[in-house]
Amino acid sequence: MKIMLNNREEQFDAHTLTVAQIMEIKSFTFRMLVVRLNDTLIKKEEYSSASVNDGDDLKIIHLVSGG
Amino acid sequence: MSTFNQIRTILSQKTIGIAGAGGLGSNCAASLIRSGIGKLIIADFDVVTDANLNRQFFFHDQIGERKVDALRDNLLRICPFASLQMHNIKVSPENISLLFSTCDIVVEAFDLADQKQMLIEYMLENLPQIPVVAASGLAGWGGADMLRTIRSGSLYICGDETSEVSDENPPLAPKVNIVSNLQADTVLGILLSENK
Repeated sequence: MKIMLNNREEQFDAHTLTVAQIMEIKSFTFRMLVVRLNDTLIKKEEYSSASVNDGDDLKIIHLVSGG
Repeated sequence: MSTFNQIRTILSQKTIGIAGAGGLGSNCAASLIRSGIGKLIIADFDVVTDANLNRQFFFHDQIGERKVDALRDNLLRICPFASLQMHNIKVSPENISLLFSTCDIVVEAFDLADQKQMLIEYMLENLPQIPVVAASGLAGWGGADMLRTIRSGSLYICGDETSEVSDENPPLAPKVNIVSNLQADTVLGILLSENK
């Protein structure tokens, strides 16, 4: 499948993946994240159930301290 | 394009919420007031300290004052007619709606990442019609060309998303000012594009 990940086109072998699987493949390791799938908020407890499919727009945004 | 008077006429009718009055919030508030925003609602529970003066919009003779009081004084020196609602309170899921539900846009200006996440998630879930302009990644010096704004729907995040504040990578005035002003500029962009 082909998706937009953080505004960049990404290709994966699988037809569908969960948000958690994509995070593992792409090594998103930050503790605090905001995840939005097609502009809908995905909360931490939904990472391993929310499925990402061809054509989806996924944003995984790091939140780091400082202000 | 609009003249400054036209811009000011639009902005004078707008209310912006700012969660946190530290490095991001105090500087963002100053730019918004200079631009002519009509009303600010600002919440913070902290007190001005010597360590804040390396980047926050406070002065040495304000050390020990509550940040909301000191910031009110400073903003009124720029614009005595601004409408300011200052709340000396710790922002939490219990009071976000009460504080910010009347705002056109809310600026996330906290220090800690878990606080940032709390506000963003609360706003997206409970007040999704209000755009949120958050910040992530502004520590240290250098790499200012990496500072940017990314958007997902009504959520905007300013910063580089990577430079986290720590003892060895403290927040310093230039990048904190750039990011707080990226936030202020994003606010203006949202408000003024609505009226094009």
